[in-house]
Amino acid sequence: MSENNSIGIVAPQTASFSEPLTLKSGAVLTQFDLVYETYGTLNADKSNAVLICHALSGTHHVAGKYSEQDKYPGWWDNLVGPNKPLDTNKFFVIGVNNLGGCHGSSGPVSINPATGKPWGSAFPIVTVEDWVNSQARLLDQLGITQLAAVIGGSLGGMQALQWTLAYPDRVRHALVIASAPNLTAQNMAFNEVARQAIITDPEFHGGDYYEHGVVPRRGLRIARMLGHITYLSDDAMGEKFGRKLKDDIKYSFDVEFEMESYLRYQGDKFAGEFDANTYLRMTRALDYYDPALAYGGDLSKTLSQAKAKFLVLSFTSDWRFSPARSREIVKALLDNESTVSYAEVTAAHGHDAFLMPDEHYHAILRAYLSNIEVGGNHAE
Amino acid sequence: MQNNVNITKNVAQYRQDFAIIANWVKFGTKVLDLGCGDGELLQFLQSSLEVKGYGVEKNDVNLLACIANSTNVIQMDLEDGLSGFEDQSFNTVILSQTLQAMHNTEEIVLEMLRVGKEIIVTFPNFGYWRNRMQITAGRMPVSKALPYQWYDTPNVHLCTINDFDEFCHHHNIEILERRVITDGKEVSFMPNLLGSLAMYRLKSKS
Repeated sequence: MSENNSIGIVAPQTASFSEPLTLKSGAVLTQFDLVYETYGTLNADKSNAVLICHALSGTHHVAGKYSEQDKYPGWWDNLVGPNKPLDTNKFFVIGVNNLGGCHGSSGPVSINPATGKPWGSAFPIVTVEDWVNSQARLLDQLGITQLAAVIGGSLGGMQALQWTLAYPDRVRHALVIASAPNLTAQNMAFNEVARQAIITDPEFHGGDYYEHGVVPRRGLRIARMLGHITYLSDDAMGEKFGRKLKDDIKYSFDVEFEMESYLRYQGDKFAGEFDANTYLRMTRALDYYDPALAYGGDLSKTLSQAKAKFLVLSFTSDWRFSPARSREIVKALLDNESTVSYAEVTAAHGHDAFLMPDEHYHAILRAYLSNIEVGGNHAE
Repeated sequence: MQNNVNITKNVAQYRQDFAIIANWVKFGTKVLDLGCGDGELLQFLQSSLEVKGYGVEKNDVNLLACIANSTNVIQMDLEDGLSGFEDQSFNTVILSQTLQAMHNTEEIVLEMLRVGKEIIVTFPNFGYWRNRMQITAGRMPVSKALPYQWYDTPNVHLCTINDFDEFCHHHNIEILERRVITDGKEVSFMPNLLGSLAMYRLKSKS
């Protein structure tokens, strides 16, 4: 049997789109696929849909397992399920893999219909705006005019914010978690180091490594190790590893400290399952997102288009997407007299806290989500 | 006015100061409640006066209660000021029975005057005769309005009505209205001696 409150066994679906999508860069995808999963039941008036936007390395596989033997459930399984904070007895929840991803949606690893070969370096640079536009196409196909809520953490929070700007009438609530209205120079600098690690890997081949039968594993591994450092707080790393040794000191460059073992494990695991071209594009999407740019940097003016109600949430120890950045969003919303609540959750885990089942954090999400009104008539 | 009668009737179950605050807040205006607790006052003002209300609260439990009550709440520490709020962006900013627990007392009142066109400040009057009696008897006052012992009280800046009048005078603050109540009844005779709760409607002297 599946564990308590789990959505159980799930299966991904693929939606194909044949109408061209013009990207922010000007490039055009003549056709594309989005792979997605849904949990719960869409009600009769289609008023209970919640879209989950994923972050850098996330996927459409948000909750549940593909088989009883699966070791791990979806990446936000602690949030999504029957009687969980995002309750699938009430909501119809959609997880989607973003364009440029490497888990089934059109991206660098998928086949370019024009050449019959993997896209590789030729896959265009995609942006947060492009993702939201493609997600809107998916909703069109599912017959959903308006989302009850859009929810995302980090890069996913940027998509939630973008939804309220690009489609103000199509979203009633936006939950923007551990996010920012744009990246700081320091934050972008981490992305640049990660990309340089990948691009300068001899096996990168300008992004067309598939045809050479190799992957820039070393670069991707280092990129991920760097990422993991920034997702944790100093305190969390101290608590988790401190200066703990793996064994007696060997006076070598092998793994000496527990922390090194953790980083190497995370790096190796990621490099074995994620695509380097996707990683490059995800970090670029983070860098480019800056909705206020078109409004002379005035975030308040930018958010004047938004009609959604907002829950903005940050974590005290998150230094990569610090509370101060969330407060910028809150201030802009207050300037517009938007309906907004802001919670600054005391948590030790740094940026990763948004994925953790912290009791107070989940209580806030549960309370907020349970107040969202949806139509009563559930479909068969 | 019909409006006010209804408010007074509905408020009977609420804290004694709510009815007076409701009479000071105008219908459909924008209100900021500092230290809003579980959002009870804001919900009352929203249902009776259809205000656009926001609360500010530091405490996690209260914040959660506000969210559960669908009350807009911003989690922040008032001791840091009101930097997320624009000048004169609210019709009324309220600090209800929280002044005495503030460390940066002076700063928060000035910040309220910056953000609000009018502000409402209420506090337990330390000059109330029952408090004076306990002091005379050689003990720190403990009462319904001041329910803490000296060693566990959050109240660090207790003051009397005369003290606060003087504070306003010194800071160029205009007292638009002052109401004093004891056990739910208005006190007009010797308020600094006979009044338990002091309520002020204030604005900057321009």
